[in-house]
Amino acid sequence: MNLKAETLSKIDEVITHYPVKRSATLPLLHLIQEDIGHLPADTSEWVAAKLELEPINVLEVITFYPMFRQKPIGRRHIKVCRTLSCALVGGYKTCATFEAEFKTHLGEVSPDGEVTVDFVECLASCGTAPVVLIDDELHEKVDVAKAKQLSDQIKAEAKKR
Amino acid sequence: MPAPAQRRIIFQHIDEPGYTNDIGCYVRNGGYEVLKQAVTRKPEELIDEVKKSGLRGRGGAGFPCGVKWGLVDRKSGKPIYLIVNADESEPGTFKDRYIMHQDPHQLIEGTMISCFANNVRQAYIYIRGEMPHGARILEKAIAEARAANFVGPNILGTNYSCEIFVHRGAGAYICGEETGLIESLEGKRANPRIKPPYFPAVLGLYQCPTIVNNVETLCHVKYIAQHGGAEYAKIGTPGNTGTRIFCVSGHVQRPGYYEFPAGTITMGQLLNDVCGGPLPGRTFKAVIPGGSSAKIMRFGERYKGKRKVGTEMVDYDWGVEDVPMDFDSLGMIGTMGGSGGVIVMDDTVNMVEALANINAFYSHESCGQCTPCREGSLWMKKISSRMVHGQARPEDAALLKSVADQIPGRTICAFGEACSWPTQSFIAKFGDEFKQYSETKKTAKPADAVALI
Ligand SMILES: Cc1cc2nc3c(=O)[nH]c(=O)nc-3n(C[C@H](O)[C@H](O)[C@H](O)COP(=O)(O)O)c2cc1C
Ligand code: SF4
Ligand code: FES
Repeated sequence: MNLKAETLSKIDEVITHYPVKRSATLPLLHLIQEDIGHLPADTSEWVAAKLELEPINVLEVITFYPMFRQKPIGRRHIKVCRTLSCALVGGYKTCATFEAEFKTHLGEVSPDGEVTVDFVECLASCGTAPVVLIDDELHEKVDVAKAKQLSDQIKAEAKKR
Repeated sequence: MPAPAQRRIIFQHIDEPGYTNDIGCYVRNGGYEVLKQAVTRKPEELIDEVKKSGLRGRGGAGFPCGVKWGLVDRKSGKPIYLIVNADESEPGTFKDRYIMHQDPHQLIEGTMISCFANNVRQAYIYIRGEMPHGARILEKAIAEARAANFVGPNILGTNYSCEIFVHRGAGAYICGEETGLIESLEGKRANPRIKPPYFPAVLGLYQCPTIVNNVETLCHVKYIAQHGGAEYAKIGTPGNTGTRIFCVSGHVQRPGYYEFPAGTITMGQLLNDVCGGPLPGRTFKAVIPGGSSAKIMRFGERYKGKRKVGTEMVDYDWGVEDVPMDFDSLGMIGTMGGSGGVIVMDDTVNMVEALANINAFYSHESCGQCTPCREGSLWMKKISSRMVHGQARPEDAALLKSVADQIPGRTICAFGEACSWPTQSFIAKFGDEFKQYSETKKTAKPADAVALI
């Protein structure tokens, strides 16, 4: 596992938050995923060694929680809320717009490597539906026009790189 | 009757121009004065105030907070933990988000008062994984409060010390259920624990006594410590004290969050006066009053019976619009106030499709431990999705109901009830729509129809 020095020091710090090391499993997985972009195959072994657990204790956590991913995704992660309040005001169209804009399908890396579009469940912002989480940023009232605008922005940023 | 005025005690500063989430702004607005007072009092006195206030939990079940604190095992000699439930994942609910993002110190002050009252030395805020900003804001706010000696060792010169840490979830709804949350905080899959014996008040986090309270509940505690339980109990109605925050979403003109004295506003006032009524040219068809698992209400139906007013029993005969939005009234008519998430659907919505959407949620979120819940939620999703995307049969309504009826009461946690109530209530109230769905599908949909599944 090739982690940044900063990640390693955050890992050592967060373990001290708990009287039982195992509690640091989720925080460690978050930190590794933020550093690498996904959880590589040796994650379970590495975290288990760090927290004095068996690798299966970590693997079963990775496979339970939807936010942890074992494969790389696109550079940006577009999560569209699928649940009722968002669907009632057009969430499915919003999602389809992102898929079309990046010529991709749910859960896949777009051909240009730029994004992965996913449906997720209620993001606790139902009053400003439909909502979309792009990486860490929440976008509210994302109708088709706004979805196109956000897509253009992502494409423009990609061009600059 | 027009709607009563909003009374914002928890959301006092939400969306206030110029109000920022740093400690300077909070202190300028009188912040942490209540904590300073509280640590000079006896902890038992504070617990008594909460008992007197009649405060009921705002996380969903409406369980009296003082009673919960009274159940904590204080004789075991083990440390007592407090966990702030900031998982906010019941569809339709979005109040805690605004407290944490815009007024995090209110939550921290309420948490510290609750910790002091219960002799808690370590608290965790379990925030859902999809709120990375919220987690960072809380971490910064805790650091600020720590620097000001409101959190950490020897708080405000007393010999009382208490730490708070933020713990992030990772996208699983079941982490909102308190024992699932505890398992998750212990670093495991969020499989809820069986009760008895695992009541958090006795065998919670690390098998120690543990208090789990919702974000909003702990903000109410701050208000109660400030004004006293008796004063607090004067807001709202007996049995439903304090204010209630409603999160309205779906088909209304002005969705959003609104805070009212509990029990003083009816569904009709909330949806028509406060939220501006239905969208142009449409009419209300149905509403879910307390998060997506609450049983649905159908506009046009009537609720009749007897209820207690003061000491007398009086008859009531209500339409949906007349129902007061409090725990007891909503419970009485067969649904619940739950988390305060009100989801509104108008006449453009087909109920089969709406249920298919809800069923997809529950099937995705079942933790999978109990066969009736894991298999039942999956089958309800498969049947309702098939009705929409494949073939629909008149007997599907009965089939759905029979699956739903086999879940509640046979599972480890209340998710079993939560996932069966939508199907049961949709079929009970809109059974015809389910039976006729195969016919309905033959007529083409309008071009602007929204897909729900
Ligand atoms: C399936 C399920 C999901 C829940 N989700 C939440 C949630 O997201 N947030 C919350 O505060 N309570 C949630 N609860 C309720 C908690 O189990 C618990 O009752 C609550 O946090 C207690 O706090 P309170 O007494 O302050 O309301 C959920 C319960 C169940 C059964
Ligand atoms: S009822 Fe469902 S969510 Fe709850 S423990 Fe059983 S399988 Fe898990
Ligand atoms: S339903 Fe989309 S944020 Fe709640």
